[in-house]
Amino acid sequence: MENYEVHEFDVLVIGAGGAGLSAAIEASGMGVSVGLVCKSLLGKAHTVMAEGGIAAALANVDPKDGWKTHFRDTMIGGKMLNNWRMAQLHAQEAPDRVKQLEHWGAVFDRTKDGKILQRAFGGHTYKRLCHVGDRTGLEMIRTLQDKGIHQGIAIFMECAITKLFKDGDRISGAFGYFREDGRYVLFKAKAVILATGGIGKAYPITSNSWEYTADGHGLAYDAGADLIDMEFIQFHPTGMVWPPGVRGLLVTEGVRGEGGILRNNKGERFMYKYLPEATKNDYAADDKESEEWVNAAVSGAQTTARRPPELSTRDNVARAIYNEVKNGNGSPHGGVFLDISYLPADRVKKKLPSMYHQFKELADVDITAGPMEVGPTMHYTMGGVRVDADTQESRVPGLFAAGEVSGGMHGSNRLGGNSLSDLLVFGKRAGTGAANYVKGINTKPDIPKEAIESAIKEMEEPFSRADGINPYDVQKKLHTIMSTYVGIYRDEKDLETGIAKLEELKSQISKVGIKGSKAFNPGWHLCRDLRNMFIASEAVARSALLRKESRGAHSRTDYPNTEPEFGKYNTSVFDKGGVMTLEQTPIPEMPADLKELFEKKEPAHA
Amino acid sequence: MPDAVLKIFRGDSKGGEYKTYKVPIEDGMVVLDAVHYIQATYDPDLAVRWNCKAAKCGSCSAEVNGKPSLMCKTRMDRFAQGEEILVQPIKTFPLIKDLVTNVSWNYEQNKRIAPFHSDDAGEWTVYQEDIERVQEFRKCIECFLCQDVCHVLRDHHRTDAFMGPRFLVRVAGLDMHPKDDVNRMAYLKNEGGIGMCNITKCCTEVCPEDIHITDNAIIPLKERVVDEFYDPVAIFLKKVFGGKSKKTASS
Repeated sequence: MENYEVHEFDVLVIGAGGAGLSAAIEASGMGVSVGLVCKSLLGKAHTVMAEGGIAAALANVDPKDGWKTHFRDTMIGGKMLNNWRMAQLHAQEAPDRVKQLEHWGAVFDRTKDGKILQRAFGGHTYKRLCHVGDRTGLEMIRTLQDKGIHQGIAIFMECAITKLFKDGDRISGAFGYFREDGRYVLFKAKAVILATGGIGKAYPITSNSWEYTADGHGLAYDAGADLIDMEFIQFHPTGMVWPPGVRGLLVTEGVRGEGGILRNNKGERFMYKYLPEATKNDYAADDKESEEWVNAAVSGAQTTARRPPELSTRDNVARAIYNEVKNGNGSPHGGVFLDISYLPADRVKKKLPSMYHQFKELADVDITAGPMEVGPTMHYTMGGVRVDADTQESRVPGLFAAGEVSGGMHGSNRLGGNSLSDLLVFGKRAGTGAANYVKGINTKPDIPKEAIESAIKEMEEPFSRADGINPYDVQKKLHTIMSTYVGIYRDEKDLETGIAKLEELKSQISKVGIKGSKAFNPGWHLCRDLRNMFIASEAVARSALLRKESRGAHSRTDYPNTEPEFGKYNTSVFDKGGVMTLEQTPIPEMPADLKELFEKKEPAHA
Repeated sequence: MPDAVLKIFRGDSKGGEYKTYKVPIEDGMVVLDAVHYIQATYDPDLAVRWNCKAAKCGSCSAEVNGKPSLMCKTRMDRFAQGEEILVQPIKTFPLIKDLVTNVSWNYEQNKRIAPFHSDDAGEWTVYQEDIERVQEFRKCIECFLCQDVCHVLRDHHRTDAFMGPRFLVRVAGLDMHPKDDVNRMAYLKNEGGIGMCNITKCCTEVCPEDIHITDNAIIPLKERVVDEFYDPVAIFLKKVFGGKSKKTASS
């Protein structure tokens, strides 16, 4: 049997983006021993790509803002399917987390009077996103990284986890390998926090990096946790569409937050006609009012003008663009036009520097001189591990989840900016939750030898099939299935076809093979990653089939209406004797004082 | 369009060879796309680091036709038709495999720098004009191309005595932060080895984030070190009027 090295911690954190780093910092601050594992080098996790900002009701720019309005916006954006308690904690605690980040050395853009500057984003009533130009994620991850390395946390870079272990019902550790040389590693741990992000690599056109192979979703599912809301996949409305190599690359919502206008090939500003009746009154009625709002935003003045229609929620803007293209109103490369060039070039470069360079260098487009071409790109996984709102613990004792890998916080559609704040708020909470949990455990975690041997066997197998199927070919086929049958618009026939094709393709996972050595071998890594991507993909397709309505990011052409009955349930997915099983579970009941916030017509002022 | 020809280093610390691949070209293709094509089509075990493919994470550093570059930003149409494109791992750090090198030394350097600290626990009022410079330094994506090209590290192998431009930028970002109250000058002068930099500006030239590493970070830091340790007038004034409010970091 192959050798492996052994480490032991109270808490093992898997993933070192915003959530994982926050969790590790918090847990180690509470005096428990912490190991932190990341698939990439430290500071390269997907958080680094976040652009627009962190949503937190600091009320620095719009004094009327407060946690209740943020809470309300979040619930309405998620079409009321969110776990209300998570949305409440998130809105209440985000401002303190932002200030803490600042005190740890993050350098946010400032208002004229020296406070943290906030910008507008889709679905947010007020200017709420604390930002650093359009590289907010970099600022966040670097600050957490530089804080974390001085906390006594043991960091394992370029290490991937393939298996979680349990001692009875409880989590007892994890198994994985180092990418560098393929050596195996066993972590004994009383608690594990998953902070592995999303599942974007199951789709061909995505803003997500290679790391987003649904690791946490797969590991949690295998360990007996349940996944909720998996049918809700966020397609970001504005990804690059050209050139082919950068297709899907994110164009920050900050472009629209700064005044970017969406037009079709007839020059029509089409978003006015796609505003849902329910929220229509929150948006400008015409170009004149939109312009007033932009001018006020540029000069930092208060205005009664309502925000432009481009700042509708992401699910809505993505559908609008999809339909414009489908109806023959698209741009030359199959997107629509996003234009910010009417603002002074200096301002565009100052507020959106990386967008300016991204288009200039990768697409030969000067965004200060003409429009960009954009279209929807798979961006975010609302669904994930069901957790307790206060502690982030899953139904498996000792298994916690925070950030994108967890479900519930964002309901059926996430608002821009609520992700980075989610990472900070619930990363910290998971750290506290796990530290408190391990303080109550007196026994040493035990891991059966057979379980370790079987984990090793799983990893060795692809080498025994040197002439097996190329794992990249299987991933390509998965991409085709997910984009064809489980995309922005769904119907019963497509979903059933998609599920059948997934079943068929799944059998190929056990036939993938790899040549070469275990030393830094991406093909070998993909052999294992495929399993997680299939679990997540199947969960998405099956949950989508069960939800016979349209809500948030889930759009059924055969059931176009939002049905109140379906608003009472989350879709839960779990393993039962080797079979993926689905259940509709009632959403937690919101207390009366919070319900009141939705009865008033005017936004609530906290 | 004819296929592009890439010559890529395949091997590890024990040795290796260059392997030539043909890759069909698409509009707007970058070198990293070509490497991914090779990986998915010919050699799934070809080792390469990458994450964002958008020049935001600094993972895919390599030397393309001898020039330290991010592969995700290097357009294929920059090369003449039929020109052989040579892709090598960055030279300064030990090779792991193919295009991947062991850059862990950099993480050790970072850990040695006294972290940000401020005694001011209240609400901060900080003006934009006072943080512009710090924000420039904080754009760094840690691609380590500046470390790769720095001759003190690349040619003289003085990783034992010099922290390199990346970490001078890091220190500058801390030192010029209006709320930071740690004095890192002794560290810069001694362990950091700032004196070893003779401002040839090679680092600035390769920085994909256009940080003015030499002019805005290194030279001002060198001046501060001189003020602190070598300027008799400054030292006299400090004795008479008291030192700077920053506390010296214990390293």
